[in-house]
This record gives sequence, structure tokens and C-alpha cells, in this order.
Amino acid sequence: MNNSKYSDAALLLFFIIMVVAGPFILAPFGGSYPDLLQKFAIFGIFAIGFNILFGLTGYLSFGHAVFLGVGSYGAVWMFKLLSYNVLPALVMAVVVAGFFSVVIGYISLRRSGIYFSILTLAFAQMMFNVAYSVATPITNGETGLQIYNDDPQWLQGADSPLTTNLFGLKMNEVFWRPEFFGFEAQFNVGYYFCAFFLVIAFYLALRITRSPFGMMLRAIKTNQNRLSFTGVSTRPYMLAAFVISGMYAGLAGGLWACMDPLAGAERMQWTASGEVVLMTILGGAGTMLGPVLGAGFIKYFEAIFSKINDQVLHSWFAFMPDGMENFMVAIVHPFVGKGWHLTLGLLFMMIVIFLPGGLIGGLTSLGRVLTGRGRKSKG
Amino acid sequence: MDAVLLQVLNGLDKGSAYALIALGLTLIFGTLGVVNFAHGALFMIGAFCAVTLNKIFEISAITIDPTKTDFLGKPLQVKTPYLEKWFGDFGLAVMDWSVPLAIIISIPIMMLFGYIMERGLIRHFYKRPHADQILVTFGLAIVLQEIIKAFYGANPIQTPAPSAFVGTLDIGVYLGFAQNAITYPYWRLVYFAFACLVIFAVFAFLRFTTFGMVVRAGMADRETVGLLGININKKFTIMFALAACVAGVAGVMYTPINSPNYHMGMDFLVLSFVVVVVGGMGSLPGAVLAGFLLGILESFASMNVVKQFFETIFIPSIDQIVIYLVAVIVLLVRPRGLLGHKGVMED
Repeated sequence: MNNSKYSDAALLLFFIIMVVAGPFILAPFGGSYPDLLQKFAIFGIFAIGFNILFGLTGYLSFGHAVFLGVGSYGAVWMFKLLSYNVLPALVMAVVVAGFFSVVIGYISLRRSGIYFSILTLAFAQMMFNVAYSVATPITNGETGLQIYNDDPQWLQGADSPLTTNLFGLKMNEVFWRPEFFGFEAQFNVGYYFCAFFLVIAFYLALRITRSPFGMMLRAIKTNQNRLSFTGVSTRPYMLAAFVISGMYAGLAGGLWACMDPLAGAERMQWTASGEVVLMTILGGAGTMLGPVLGAGFIKYFEAIFSKINDQVLHSWFAFMPDGMENFMVAIVHPFVGKGWHLTLGLLFMMIVIFLPGGLIGGLTSLGRVLTGRGRKSKG
Repeated sequence: MDAVLLQVLNGLDKGSAYALIALGLTLIFGTLGVVNFAHGALFMIGAFCAVTLNKIFEISAITIDPTKTDFLGKPLQVKTPYLEKWFGDFGLAVMDWSVPLAIIISIPIMMLFGYIMERGLIRHFYKRPHADQILVTFGLAIVLQEIIKAFYGANPIQTPAPSAFVGTLDIGVYLGFAQNAITYPYWRLVYFAFACLVIFAVFAFLRFTTFGMVVRAGMADRETVGLLGININKKFTIMFALAACVAGVAGVMYTPINSPNYHMGMDFLVLSFVVVVVGGMGSLPGAVLAGFLLGILESFASMNVVKQFFETIFIPSIDQIVIYLVAVIVLLVRPRGLLGHKGVMED
């Protein structure tokens, strides 16, 4: 790994440029609309945070969506009680998620390996049940938490806008819709708000990875026993990593609520936790860019695949003879539209089986093969 | 007293399902050292074996009865299942007993399925980190679930028990309580008895056969058994198939209790993991014990008296979360679970 400060600065710069130019880059792929762009940034943050835990320490948490969920609930409560301003909501989201991650982390980290995964999974399911039915007065159960007209909103000014905003700057406002080469790009306030946090999250994660603390976390992944034998207590480090990644998830949840002031229990379901795991390993666990790439990849294909219906399929295969066309449509049909989850599951398996390093890992080894540097570094 | 007894009985059928799944999970942990997140999916596939057989039996010949008309005024179409047409009363009896009969077909199917799964997928993951094993089986679980959904739709499919077992048994009368104080559906009794039988058979198989002895030795020290010239991998593959089979038949018999849907496997899986952790990872008696205990506990928590008590201390709907709370407490007090040993899967 190249640790020089210049390469890190270059990486950060590259990242910032990509994020800022996001609406332009995605326009040719039909992905330049606020909803999708915001999802990219939000799940990018979520995956970066998850990567701090999983990528660095190797502890596989199956309950990370819980923190995203409680973050959303916290943020929506701030909207309900104070005003539509997003800042208190975000602070609340991070604080609430941090609190829950301390509690859950403290208990789950008593065990390691598989036990840890199962414990976090159990917590995820428990918190889902809590949100879904037990704590209905707080979470509004099945319906999900929403903002109603009779909510107090003590700090809501008379002339401040009635949607989520940052001191009057509305989150859902699209401030520039340029059209180039026939593709429309939508520049949206909410996206840049999320992108700002995404860049900060990325920078912090970079600093954490390069710090002595990050080194310690990697040491835990490599050989925890050995670390214990040298007299280091690993649990405070683990707990810190867990809480940091929990707060990242809370931030993501808070941002999600800022973009769309709703919170529902289904955000905490353990399949949602599985999704962030997939994002991270798809991009490449332990790499810096990987999780963001994975998050973007999955959210993009989710949006695209879910939209494809039989009509679209028929138009794709229209050049073939009729029988062949119907045959191809019949084959592809189960994988698109409502069958997106099937594709996701298959993708999941393929990545774990054939590409354990994820996309970044695959690209790196491809690069090595092409430049012929692979043998040197191994020898 | 009778209310308590009733809740114990109510917990038994769910507990049986937990115990059977947890038993299979523990067998796979213990032998192959793999956490199988697809085990719930195996339970579900077993259940859908029963559904499929039921549907096959119900394939009917349609004849038109010109003397009668349906509500739209068209001639009434009469559906006669082929089984009834060809075999008469015997055919009807076969249809009635479709769920128990499904066990016979589900055993080879699940065996084959387990065998293919182990040889084709899990086998390549022994040397990979635990996280990879979890992830690949998790992916497999999603795929299986979605395939079932694509074929059978998202709604639960009712599959009735044989008519001989429909209805309830008044157990209270035998024990000296008033009439109708403790009634219990026959099929749940059957399920409990069946679960006991399967559990007993698995334990006897491991205890009293040479094969079981080798497997137990392999669970204790895989390397030494290998050095003694025994092909332990082959035996473990068979154990995996057996564990799949246990989950499968548990699913088959569970269909009349709870109509199977595509996500039933996932629902049971999480709870079964909790059961395994509470019982102690790698301990077969622990898995069974914890399965029954948690099943009974869950049904106690759904008693109105208990619910109201917890509501007074501001914990409403305790029945939804009681299992997880207990699991957390057990792990804090006894981190290795009720009957767990030192050093199982702790690296």
C-alpha cells in the first residue's frame, strides 16, 4: 500500500471531483436525477462507515441497518419537535445512533467471529420488532414516522419553508438543469448537501485508516490473539470502531430523513443490513474507494433493473426472430423488475466466490497483470 | 395451573421447529465448521416440497355436468382429481395424507440438495474466512428464497393436515382438569412427537453407529481422524445432507401449522441462530434444550397476564422481543451458552 501523503491527497482530490461532477457523469447513464444521486451519497456514507468496522477489523456486523434506522427516527423527531431545519436533525441522528451503537457494541463485542455476527443479527431483528410494534408511540409502528400538521415544531418560523431546508435552502430544489448531448443533468441542493458530508466522511475515514488507531484495527484483523499477548486490550479499540461506524450509519440515516422526511421500520430489517455488507464487499472491503463504488453500483442497478418490464425486454431483443425473442425474454424476465432481489443474491454469491477483493481488488489485480508488476511484488 | 400448562404445550410446537433447525445448524457447525445462513432456506424448501406434492395430487380432470349450472348460468364444471378418478377411495386417502407422504419424497430431495450444496459450494469455503462463509450462504439463501417466490408467489399457501388430525384433543380431562380447560390441536401433538422422534434418531445415529462414532471423533479432532486414514470429508458431506434433511422434514411437517410462504425460512433462521447461541455453539443437546425452552418462553410471554405485567413496567408487547432479551442476558452471564464448551468456533 502506498502511504505517501501525496497519493492520499490525490485520492481525496479525485474523490471530490467525482462527487462534485456526479450529476454530469451520470447523465449519460440516465442516473442524473435527485433521488438516485442522493441515494448514492447516503449509501456511500453508510458503506464507508461499515467499511471502517468490517474492512479494517474483519468483524462482520449483520445489524448495521439498525443505526441507519434509529438515525432516521431521531432526525424525523427533530423535524416534528423543532423545525424543518436539517442541522439539529443531523446532530440528533448521529447522537442517537452513537448511543445505540455503544450499547449494542458493548454487548456484541463480548464475543468475536461468528458469535459477533449472530449477536448483531439478533439485535437487528430485535430492534426491528421494537420499531415495528413494541415502541409504536415513538416509531409509529407499521405506518412509519411522518410529520403531521399538528406537530409542535416549536422553532418553525412563520415564513420558513414547509419542507426540509438548511436555513431556507430547500433540499428538494433543483437549481440547474443543463442539457448536454441530449442528456439532462439535474443539480439538486439535497445532493450537494449529502455530497458535502460524503466528502467529509471519506476524508475522516482516510485519516482513520492511516492513523495509529487504524493500524491497531488492522492488527486486530490480522491476528487478535497476538495483539492480546503483547498486552494490548483490543476491546476499547473495537468498541471505538463499532461506534464510529454506527455514527456514520446514523449520519446516513439522518441524511435520508432530511431528503425525505419519513422513517420506517423496514429500514432496519436485517436484509437492509445485508445490503450494506454487499455494497462493501462488492466494491472491495478494506479499500478506500470500494464501498462508495459498491454503494453506487448497487443503487444504480437497483433503480435501473427495477424499471425494466417485459415491454422493454421485447424492445431489446426485437432484432431477433420471434421465437428466439420470446425465449430470451422468458430467460431474462425473472431477473429484472420484481426479480431484482434474485439478481442481487446471485451477484452476492458471484462476488464472494470469484472476486473476494471486490471490484477494486479485481481492477488492481487486472492492472498488475497488464503492467506485469504482479510477479515482482509477490517475489 | 391449567393456564401455565397450556402455555407449555403451546410453546412445544414452535420449540420443536426451533430445536430441529438448531440441531441441523449445530451439526453443520460442529462437523464442517461452517455457519450456514441458508439453513432457514432448507426449512422453507422442505415446506414447499409438501406444497408441491399437495398441488400435484390435486391435479384434476375437468368434466362438464350439463344438469347443473354455476352462478353465472354456465354449465357447472366439476373437478375430479385424477387420483380419485383412478384409485377411488384410496386416491382420496392419499390426497388427504399428502403432508405426511411429502416426508417420503422430501428426504431424498433434501439429501440430494444438501449433497449438491456441500460439494458444489460450501466445500470451497472451508479455508476461507468465516465472514466469506456467512456471506456466500446468505447470498444462497436470498437466491433460494427468490426462486421460490418466482414459482409460488408471495402469498402463504394453505396445506391442510390429514382430516384425522384436524380438531383438538382435550388433554386437561386426562390430567384431572375441567373440560375444555386445556385443549390442544392434534397436529401439534403429532409435530411434537415427530420432532422428538427425529431428534432421538439423530442422537442414536451419532451415538450407536460406527459412522456416528467417526463423525463425533471428527467433530472433536478432525486432523487426527484424517491421519488415521479415514476420509472425514466424505462423512461430513453426508452429515451436511443429513442436517439438510432434518431441516427439510421439519419444514414439511410444519406446513399445516403455519401456511408456508417464501420468507418463512428467514424468519426461522434468525431465531434458530439465537437458539444455537443460547444453547451453546457446537453442543447438540444444548441446541435442542434451548429450542424447547425458548419456544415455551415465547408462548409464556404472549400470555395476557404476563403482557399486562410488563406493560406496567413500560415494556409493551414483550412477546415480540423476549427471546432476544433472554439471549442477551444469557450471553452476558454465560458467554458460552447454556451447555457450550470452551473453544468452539472462537478463533
